[in-house]
Amino acid sequence: MTDPSAASLPTEPFPRSVWPRVAAIALVGYVIYACAQLDVSPARVETGLENAWRFFSRLFPPNFARWELLAKGLKESLEIAVLASALGIVLALPIGLVAARNLMPAWATWPARLIIVAARSFHPVIVAIVFVKAVGFGALAGILALTVASIGFIGKLFTEAIEEISLKQVEAIRATGAPFASVLAFGVLPQVFSRFIGFATYQLDSNLRNSTMVGIVGAGGIGGTLFAAFQRFDYDFVCAILIAIITLIMIGEVLATGVRAIFIGNATLADLLRRGGTAPRERHLEDD
Amino acid sequence: MAATAAPPAARPVAPVGERVWRRFTAGQRLARFAVYLVIVAAIVVSIQSVEIIPEFLYDAPEQMVDLFSRMWPMDWAHYPDTVHDALIETIHIASLGTLLSLVMAMPVGILAAHNLVPSTPLNLLAKLILVSSRSVNSLVWALLFVGIFGPGALAGTLAIAFRSIGFVGKLFGEALEEAQPGPIEALTAAGAPWISRMTFGYWPQVKPAFWSIALFRWDINVRESAVLGLVGAGGIGMALDSALNLFQWERVAVILAAIFAVVIIAELIVTQVRKRVL
Repeated sequence: MTDPSAASLPTEPFPRSVWPRVAAIALVGYVIYACAQLDVSPARVETGLENAWRFFSRLFPPNFARWELLAKGLKESLEIAVLASALGIVLALPIGLVAARNLMPAWATWPARLIIVAARSFHPVIVAIVFVKAVGFGALAGILALTVASIGFIGKLFTEAIEEISLKQVEAIRATGAPFASVLAFGVLPQVFSRFIGFATYQLDSNLRNSTMVGIVGAGGIGGTLFAAFQRFDYDFVCAILIAIITLIMIGEVLATGVRAIFIGNATLADLLRRGGTAPRERHLEDD
Repeated sequence: MAATAAPPAARPVAPVGERVWRRFTAGQRLARFAVYLVIVAAIVVSIQSVEIIPEFLYDAPEQMVDLFSRMWPMDWAHYPDTVHDALIETIHIASLGTLLSLVMAMPVGILAAHNLVPSTPLNLLAKLILVSSRSVNSLVWALLFVGIFGPGALAGTLAIAFRSIGFVGKLFGEALEEAQPGPIEALTAAGAPWISRMTFGYWPQVKPAFWSIALFRWDINVRESAVLGLVGAGGIGMALDSALNLFQWERVAVILAAIFAVVIIAELIVTQVRKRVL
């Protein structure tokens, strides 16, 4: 103890740093400034709350009279989600593999990484706008837009998963003189398979959510019906559509949990029925 | 991925040479096979019934060339008068929405953590709030708030905030549940009240997770807030929507470039902050 002030103990054992306080003040300042910029005032919130009451009273009861339109839209959304996930996963796996720095030379990883970054940087709805122009209105534009989103997401996570594997097993298989394809099949894939199942099911979930939305820009699915009903102030039909979408997404989540339980938790069908499908918890890193 | 499942040991043991090693039991193989079957069936049914007009597909390359020729040269003169303000508004929507969601998600996250609130009905209630927040897409939230508050940035901010509650609350609750019980037990033994247990027991343990969740969600929200304007909830999406409706593709190109730049900058900020602070 060379500190001469050790004899007189400081009044506070853990002196507070200045920076958190400065940051807190800056944050409060920013909130006030941004609220002023966005025209957020208590009066506006108050009128809004009055509107909210009228709005919700018009949402209920939901009107399922046009259930055929609803079912057709949901079916198309489901098809978009399934096809986009399948296509996206098939395309993302080779791209993600090439982008892995520990297996591939630098000249190969850069273009692959560029593709992944480009695919990730735009929201699927914006990508859908471009595809609507390219292939016209309808489900195909939605499928292509969500395929791009899936390539970005799965490609990124697959690359990260491969970069984290243990190279000992890869070396062992290389040492037996195995060709590159065998190194992949027996050294790399078994190590990343369970994580792959995790994010593939998650992507299916995410595509299902987004496939109900790309219709807003004309790319097929229930979104177009939802937006049209909304613009016609047909709020009880909007409510019916929302209930249907939420139900669909929740069913999708239950199925995804079941698939994770089977592939990661080695469950059988009987186990699933017995436990109601509890899978090992997977951190969802991205959610949209 | 070392699977540990072995066949049941009750069977008579065959001589070593005749034993067949199988990684999964019959039930497990059946379950896997069922999943594969359902996937293949879903893809086949979808391909057969989805409505794709082949003529549209054939002229897609032409249309793409046409699109890019209309987008080029970009109309940069358009940037200062409308795009810039809309872009700043987008960033405000994302940041304010994230802050608001942090404030709203913290109590829900605490309610969802079983070690903090040992009451299963309350936990389930919190989980229900979190799931419903996550199942409604941010565009739908935006539609609802546009219906309530009218078009504008306020609707967008609230949409971002409500959509983020589920994400932030879920991860925050999980972080709380993973907190070490030792420091909390020590505080309890010293007779510390609830608020001290929170601030000195739990908060230091979940602080890094909390800030990393907040940063991560902000990054996502910057991307999401760019499209909210398509349904009238403010930000750069409104500029994009009007340019699209007027087929001003050279302006659309400027807006897309601006969104791209902001998204990349947001990601760089998040990575840098994470590296320095966390």
